[in-house]
Amino acid sequence: MASFTPTVPAHHPTTSRGKRADLPPVAGGGDGGRPDPGSPDYGGRLRRARLGMAVALTPIAMLFVAFTSAYIVRQGLPTFDPNTNKVVHDWIPVPLPTILFLINTCVLLLSSVTIEFARRQLARQVALEPVQSIPGVSLGRERKFPWLALTIVLGFSFLGGQWLAWSDLAERGFYVATGPSSSFVYLLTGTHAVHLFGGIIALLVAGLSVVLNRPLPSRRIVVDVTAWYWHFMALLWIYILALLEFAH
Amino acid sequence: MVAQESHAHSAPQGFIRKYVFSLDHKVIGLQYYFLALTAVFVGMALSLLMRIHLIWPMAILPLLGEIKPETYLSLVTMHGTIMVFFVLTTAPQGGFGNYFLPIQIGAPDMAFPVLNMLSFWTTFLAYLVMLAAFFVVGGAPLHGWTGYAPLSALQSAGPGEGLGADLWITSIALFCVASLMGALNFITTTLDMRARGMSMWRMPLTCWSWFITAILGLLAFGVLLSAGILLLMDRNIGTSFFVPLGTVNGQLTGHKGGSPLLWQHLFWFFGHPEVYIAILPGMGVASQVLSTFSRKPIFGYKAMVYAMLSIGLLGFMVWGHHMFMSGMSPYSAFAFSVMTMAIGVPSAIKTFNWLGTLHKGRIRFHSPMLFAIGFVSLFVSGGLSGPFLAQPALDIPLHDTAFVPGHFHLIMGVAAIFGIFAATYYWFPKMFGRMMNERLARIHFFFTLIGTYAVFMPMHYLGLAGQPRRYSQLTELKYLHPLLPLNTFMTYAAIITVAAQLIFLFNLFWSMFKGPKASDNPWEATTLEWTTATPPPHDNFAGRTPVVNNGPYEYSVPGAPRDYVMQTDPATVAAH
Repeated sequence: MASFTPTVPAHHPTTSRGKRADLPPVAGGGDGGRPDPGSPDYGGRLRRARLGMAVALTPIAMLFVAFTSAYIVRQGLPTFDPNTNKVVHDWIPVPLPTILFLINTCVLLLSSVTIEFARRQLARQVALEPVQSIPGVSLGRERKFPWLALTIVLGFSFLGGQWLAWSDLAERGFYVATGPSSSFVYLLTGTHAVHLFGGIIALLVAGLSVVLNRPLPSRRIVVDVTAWYWHFMALLWIYILALLEFAH
Repeated sequence: MVAQESHAHSAPQGFIRKYVFSLDHKVIGLQYYFLALTAVFVGMALSLLMRIHLIWPMAILPLLGEIKPETYLSLVTMHGTIMVFFVLTTAPQGGFGNYFLPIQIGAPDMAFPVLNMLSFWTTFLAYLVMLAAFFVVGGAPLHGWTGYAPLSALQSAGPGEGLGADLWITSIALFCVASLMGALNFITTTLDMRARGMSMWRMPLTCWSWFITAILGLLAFGVLLSAGILLLMDRNIGTSFFVPLGTVNGQLTGHKGGSPLLWQHLFWFFGHPEVYIAILPGMGVASQVLSTFSRKPIFGYKAMVYAMLSIGLLGFMVWGHHMFMSGMSPYSAFAFSVMTMAIGVPSAIKTFNWLGTLHKGRIRFHSPMLFAIGFVSLFVSGGLSGPFLAQPALDIPLHDTAFVPGHFHLIMGVAAIFGIFAATYYWFPKMFGRMMNERLARIHFFFTLIGTYAVFMPMHYLGLAGQPRRYSQLTELKYLHPLLPLNTFMTYAAIITVAAQLIFLFNLFWSMFKGPKASDNPWEATTLEWTTATPPPHDNFAGRTPVVNNGPYEYSVPGAPRDYVMQTDPATVAAH
């Protein structure tokens, strides 16, 4: 029973480019975003891209915070009815296609899982890329399940499902301008759909970069930040659904 | 791959990639700056037309002919919008922030150069769409820069509220997107791209001000975007978010149940932080310049940062003070009033720290210093009327008078502009490699300082005397007749002040080509931009990576060989 003993310690000590190794007296700065000479700094780019995505999610959250406050304020507002000369509430709750929305939710949550697999698959590929380039080293047959493609399909299915939900509403006579309640249903779901479509475009770009033979780490960055965006969109959708179902 | 290539993208060669669709933050900064420069002259021209109309209402003006009331309202709207968005938001943050944030923190570029380019071109597109509103049928919108509904929400509400208003809202929405992209870039760059040793507490106050401004923009512009989307839906799809039941020209509008107040809440939740978005970079520049030209460390560096942070934080809690007149529960009004007056505390901290910096300094009265001192002066005189207006009991009689324009023009308009001027005179040598003409700069300064005070200080008296805002005809109102000489004086002052800006324009362009060559550090300043070549190379430090050993304002350090210690100098004396 020969067991494989590594001759290299599993945890490399950080090199001199490590953050705190040889800094001037008072440390704390970044590394200026500078890569090692001669190699593109994918690690730094990934870090910045993730940070940028975290920052970018803030205004999206603010957008929906503003919509929510408008939703709640508008819900409580009375309006003057000229026929009866009375102040009435014109907020007529829209009967939502709840079953359809739940199916869509499942599709979106499933896509959130698949994009997470896609993200991890790519991270693994990037990590193993240098090993694979050593002659004679084989990692066995990697099963490359098309998680990315599946996510794109699921994303489009969700949008299709939303379209069905809108047509269902329209069939029952609830259009955008029918009443304040229906306006908000279309507004919230529509704005969410536009944002999710943006995520799909990013994934299509990532998929296209396979065809265009872009470097793997650069594709990984796109998929990685899109995955975080996608999870945020799934959470946002659950929030919107809860708002529409429970606060109408 | 070039071995020494330490930059995310190599220097471009062709004209288009170098100067038009450039990824270089310095070129993008200049693009923002020149966009703001054209915008400020458009804005000034509009204000001159208004001032002329106010005292000679029957005058036939070039291009416009006789000014009708709706034309006057269009002028008000476009002057405000262009100045607030395309000058006060664009030049200090987009212009100088883009140019100097990466250099001052020792980075080769912004974190996302492509996003940076997109951000500028989206701003440019927004500017074109905004200007297009002048030329469509009906002309520019009437609803003011605040776009109050239902005037802004109904196509039939007046000339200019048709296509002109749609263009206006579209432009604002585009501007929101552009600003969000910019803010995202500023925050990521500040957090992730700092050079070694450049801890947050070693950043120049300019960087802090751009960083905090970016955070404000990130939180505020999303809300304005949401309001813009709702407004476009009300106008074009027939929803009723902002429009209550009612008639326009005797006809039912078809809307019902919407709330005009909802628009005001959403707008001012953006609008008040926007005021600080305009002034915070000016505060940063004033701190930088006052310290440099007093040859003293800034008084209370950390207090300055905390003051800016608390101004930013409080800025999100006071939007209701714009709406005391719109109908508000006295309890809410009280809360907004107290929060608003609380902003006086960090503002006073800043002011006293500036004065503390000047105190016993070996002051060099160069043109950037003059404008920085002018900034402090205007900040005080414009700011002092703030606590007046923060109180509902005083705001209600004053709100719709000329008092309020007097207040916000001094503090948000002219003070922020003085910040831009100080920044221009201070950084011009670094940006263009030449010095500006000092004598012209002084003439420009004194004309502008006295001129702007002469225009905007009397507005307070006019307001107290009851002169309303946004009225196109003042000469018909009998009780305003005694105020006509003062109004006439203000118009002449405005004409002279605007004419004095031509001195600046001449100085700017003449010095760009004919000014004496500038050294790398003409002001003997300490921050990183003065350690690199003039003008800086494509990657800012020519492949070097600066290492920071000192704080940003080490002037007159005892025992140091010179009266200033650069941030990159060895940390031998600056340990305190």
